[in-house]
Amino acid sequence: MRIAIASGKGGTGKTTVSAALASVWTEAVSRPVLAADLDVEEPNLHLFLRPVITEAHVANLEIPVIDAAACTRCGACREICQFGAVTILGDTPLVFDDMCHGCGACLAVCPVAAMSPGAREVGRVEEGAAGSIAFVNGRLRVGEAMSPVLIRAVTARVNGKLAALPESERPDVLLDAPPGVSCPAQNAVATADVIVLVVEPTPFGIHDFALAVEAFAPLGKPLTVVVNKAGEASPELDALCRRENLPVLAAIPDDRAIAEGYARGRLLPEMSPACRALCLDLARQLAALRPEARHA
Amino acid sequence: MREIVVLSGKGGAGKTSITAAFAALARNAIVCDLDVDAPDLHILLSPKDTAAEEFVSGNLAQVEASDCDGCGVCREICRFEAVSVGEDGKAVIDPHRCEGCKACVALCPRRAIAFPPRVCGYFAVSASRFGPFVHARLDPGGENSGRLVALLKRRARELAEKAGHELIVCDGAPGIACPVISALSGASLAVLVVEPTPSGTHDFARVAKLCDHFKLPTGVIVNKADLNPEETARLEALCRQAGRPVLGRLPYSPDVTRAMKAKVTLPEYGGPLAGDIARLWEATNALAQTCAKAK
Repeated sequence: MRIAIASGKGGTGKTTVSAALASVWTEAVSRPVLAADLDVEEPNLHLFLRPVITEAHVANLEIPVIDAAACTRCGACREICQFGAVTILGDTPLVFDDMCHGCGACLAVCPVAAMSPGAREVGRVEEGAAGSIAFVNGRLRVGEAMSPVLIRAVTARVNGKLAALPESERPDVLLDAPPGVSCPAQNAVATADVIVLVVEPTPFGIHDFALAVEAFAPLGKPLTVVVNKAGEASPELDALCRRENLPVLAAIPDDRAIAEGYARGRLLPEMSPACRALCLDLARQLAALRPEARHA
Repeated sequence: MREIVVLSGKGGAGKTSITAAFAALARNAIVCDLDVDAPDLHILLSPKDTAAEEFVSGNLAQVEASDCDGCGVCREICRFEAVSVGEDGKAVIDPHRCEGCKACVALCPRRAIAFPPRVCGYFAVSASRFGPFVHARLDPGGENSGRLVALLKRRARELAEKAGHELIVCDGAPGIACPVISALSGASLAVLVVEPTPSGTHDFARVAKLCDHFKLPTGVIVNKADLNPEETARLEALCRQAGRPVLGRLPYSPDVTRAMKAKVTLPEYGGPLAGDIARLWEATNALAQTCAKAK
C-alpha cells in the first residue's frame, strides 16, 4: 500500500511523522517499507532516517536546442511557446533555458526540424537504505523553478523499484509529500491509497488544514488525521474533523522535550516509551486501511 | 523604496508571525502575503474593504468530446501525463496536470481541443490596521504561483508609488522553487528565518544559496534559538564567516501561538517577545536602508 503524509502548512511535522512511521513500520506490521521524500525543494527525511545513499541520478528536463543554420526564422516555435522561452532577437533564434517547461511543442511544430532535444538539469534522484528501510528522494537544483519535473522522476524511480520485485516482496510505501495544496502536493497524494494529514492546532495550522481537506477530499481516498503539538483542546479542529468525518489516528503532545529532541535530529519513537507506543499504534491503524483489507 | 521579503526555506519557522510583527512596527508600509498557496497573514491582519479580482493565467486544454475520434495523438505528445482515455475511448485531460503548453491543441488532427483561459485563484487589495494589504489565493492544485507572486509584487509597488509609501514588507513562500524565485526578484533584502534543527539548518542553507545565486542581500534571524543553543551558535558563526549579517534571535515561546489565537501581532500582544521583535525590526530596517542605497 501507499500512504501519503501531507499537510496544508509547512512545519507541522510531516517529516517527523514520516520518519517515525518508517522507523517502526516493519516491527509494527511485519512488512517491508520504502520511504520516499517527495518534498524535493526542501528534502529533510534523510536527516532523520540517515540512509546510506548508494545511487544518484541526474534528472533532466528536455529543452530545445536550435540549429541556427537550419532555422528559417519562420517563428512557429515562438508562436506556440506559452512560456516565453523561445524568441528571435534580431536575426538570432534564442531559447531561454530557465523559462522552458520541456513540453516539446516547439520541437513538434518546427517545419524544418531545426530543433533538437537538449537537457537542463532540474535536480538529482538519490536512493539507498537506512537499515532495512528502502529510501528514495529528490534534491532540486538550487535556482531551478520547476519542482514537478523532479517529483515525477522520484515517483517513477519508486515505481521502478517496486516493479522490479515480485508482488509478495513489494514494500509498503510512505510518501513524505511537499507542503500545501499546489500541483506538486496534489500530484504526490494522487498516487496514494491513504492520506495522512498532519495538523497543528493553531489558527494558521487549522486554516491551512481546512484548505488541504477541501483539496484532497474530492480524491475519494481515505483521509486521516494526526494532530501534532497537541495541547489545549481545539474545538474548531474537532468540529472540522467531525463534520468532514475525518478520523484522528494519533495526537503527538505539545512538549518542549519533543521539540528539543527533534532539534537534535532524534526520531519520535526513540524519545519515550509513550511516543514509541503511539507510533506503533499509528502504523497498525494505517496498515488496517490497506485497500485489500477494506474490501474484505 | 525598500522591499523586505521574509523567507525561510522551511515551513513553520515563524515567517508569518515575524512578518506581521514587522508590519505592526513599520510605519507607513505596504504589507504583502506572497505565500499564495497557503496564505495566513490575513488571520493576524483581519483585512477589511477587500477589492478582489480573478487571477487568470495561461490556458487549459479541453477536449471537445463530440469532435474527438480517440486517435491518441494528444496522449502521445503530452509530457505532463495529463491525457488519459475515457470509457468512451475519447481523450480526457486532467486540469491538475495540464500545463497549458498548447502542444496537443496544435497537433490534434481533428482540431478537437479547445484552449480557454484558466482562472487559477484571486488576488486582492484590502485595508488593514497597519496600512494597505496585498494578498491572494491560488486555487488548490493551481498553477503559475510564480506569476501570481509577480502580480502581487507589481500591485504592491504601484500602490507604494501612488500613495508615497517608502516600504513594502512581504511574507514569502516556503521552499526554493517557482514562487520563491518570483518573491526574490527586485527585493532590497531577504530576511531568512531559521530554526536550529536539522531540517531548519538544511533548508536555510538552500534558501541562502538561492539568494546568493540571485545576488540578493540577506539578514538572518534565528527563531526558537534556545531549542538547540549549540546549533544556534554554530549557525551564527557560519553566517558571520559568510559575511551574512545576523539580525538577532528569538526564543521558543508559547506566546507566539497565544498571540495567533488572539489574532494579534507580537508587538500588540506584549510580553518579553515584544522587546525582542522591536530590536529585530530596528536591525532589519537599518540593513534594508543600507541595501536599498547600495542598489
